[in-house]
Amino acid sequence: MNSANHKIRTSNLSRPGGDMQWCFSQVKGAIDDDVAEADIISTVEFNHTGELLATGDKGGRVVIFQQEIDNKNVPQFRSEYNVYSTFQSHEPEFDYLKSLEIEEKINKIRWLPQKNAAQFLLSTNDKTIKLWKISERDKRPEGYNLKEEDGRYRDPNTITALRVPVLIPMDLMVEASPRRVFANAHTYHINSISVNSDNETYLSADDLRVNLWNLEITDRSFNIVDIKPANMEELTEVITAAEFHPHQCNTFVYSSSKGTIRLCDMRVSALCDKHSKLFEEPENPSNRSFFSEIISSISDVKFSHNGRYMMTRDYLSVKIWDLNMESRPVETYQVHEYLRSKLCSLYENDCIFDKFECCWNGNDSVVMTGSYNNFFRMFDRGHRRDATLEASRENSKPLQVLKPRKVCTGGKRKKDEISVDSLDFNKKILHTAWHPQDNIIAVATTNNLYIFQDKVN
Amino acid sequence: MTEQGEGARTLEEQQEMEDKVISPEKAEEAKLKARFPNIGAKPGGSDFLRKRLQKGQKYFDSGDYNMAQAKMKNKPLPSAPAEKTEITGDHIPTPQDLPQRKTSIVASKLAV
Repeated sequence: MNSANHKIRTSNLSRPGGDMQWCFSQVKGAIDDDVAEADIISTVEFNHTGELLATGDKGGRVVIFQQEIDNKNVPQFRSEYNVYSTFQSHEPEFDYLKSLEIEEKINKIRWLPQKNAAQFLLSTNDKTIKLWKISERDKRPEGYNLKEEDGRYRDPNTITALRVPVLIPMDLMVEASPRRVFANAHTYHINSISVNSDNETYLSADDLRVNLWNLEITDRSFNIVDIKPANMEELTEVITAAEFHPHQCNTFVYSSSKGTIRLCDMRVSALCDKHSKLFEEPENPSNRSFFSEIISSISDVKFSHNGRYMMTRDYLSVKIWDLNMESRPVETYQVHEYLRSKLCSLYENDCIFDKFECCWNGNDSVVMTGSYNNFFRMFDRGHRRDATLEASRENSKPLQVLKPRKVCTGGKRKKDEISVDSLDFNKKILHTAWHPQDNIIAVATTNNLYIFQDKVN
Repeated sequence: MTEQGEGARTLEEQQEMEDKVISPEKAEEAKLKARFPNIGAKPGGSDFLRKRLQKGQKYFDSGDYNMAQAKMKNKPLPSAPAEKTEITGDHIPTPQDLPQRKTSIVASKLAV
């Protein structure tokens, strides 16, 4: 989808002389602290117009929210997101051959661009991708000749005249039906899916392989990347994320656990094991520690909307890469550098393996990613400003402006600052999404979905 | 830091000490090595990756179970473990070890 074609209504994130201002809009989910595992949100994604917002959870369920179109021309009031549809996308399964359980957790949801009245999305768990059709029904036929309204057949002898059935309005019903199931193509766990700009194909990536599918064909997929070594003892890195270029249907990237990104061109060869470009930041070998490789592992990669840049997220930072320069990123933003002196305990409690995602705003001027203590970070690329905000029930009065948060790294703790040791590492924001056109963001805490919008003056 | 009487430090030790001061990461590494002295010489290597590739709970396998039972017949029964420990490594899961798995038929709380 060419971003130049649709109007970017994003107002500037920062005000002249002022800070970025975000307001609470809505929060979805239960208030109680006792979180059931099934309710843990595992993915959040806006569709291409931003009208629909989908979430997936550990219980295999998808909930879709729809933005209500408001007719009121009230600038302070932005439309709200209300439940549009919810369905069970994946069920827990069992691999009998390996005696392994297959989790129903939804790893990723990706929307297809809208082609007709229905909406389509791809949702995936560790092993199976499904194409779901979400359609509306607001009319039903009435006045059949052979059937009564309740479905019983009429006695043909009583029919003396013919009539044409008419469509009468009914309460809106939103139905979700699985149209395709793409199964049995991944030995390892699927971490990414990405729809191609050609609207015909999509890729799915697991730890060692990337496959290319046609949306219409479920019994075949092409393997386009295979990094499995002949001897598994020689395994040194795994694929962590993959994405198609937003405009060039022949180009995709995949990131690795060693902090590298490979760009591949499908025109070069059928099997893209040999990359066209390799993006890697040189590391000072004297700085290397036991943790270096673990924290350099890329947990997410996202192309900018204009297709000129890509962003990667590793444990401590967000990096922006110019696709024309492989030697190093053009921008690096520290998400929570203060954690560098806590790596030992973060390794022991496994937090060092947390996979944070990242996202761009509509005009690629601001990027966002999550952190701990229900904090999330925004980096304004143009104005070189960053902000730390918090998603919490305490700041959830309607249109309440979010106060910037600050982590104190040592010495005297100022009022309103929080010290590194007081951070709650169980409150992680791994999934965030930005409306493709407006300054509306969706931020997922463990089991709640927060929607914030920027303050309109 | 003053030199101790036992002798001059080697260049390596000196460098390591300086590293701890300059790099918080190296200080954290030292902490980790102190707690887990056997931690792999090859950091972040195959161990992590293999553990990652095998994510997922191993369930009851009747073949493994019967083989294990056959082996056990000749040995006296060991006392049952006091707490429910995680099923790892060579432990053959028994029906009693399995947590109950159910489809979530409840609607998502986000959809309320």
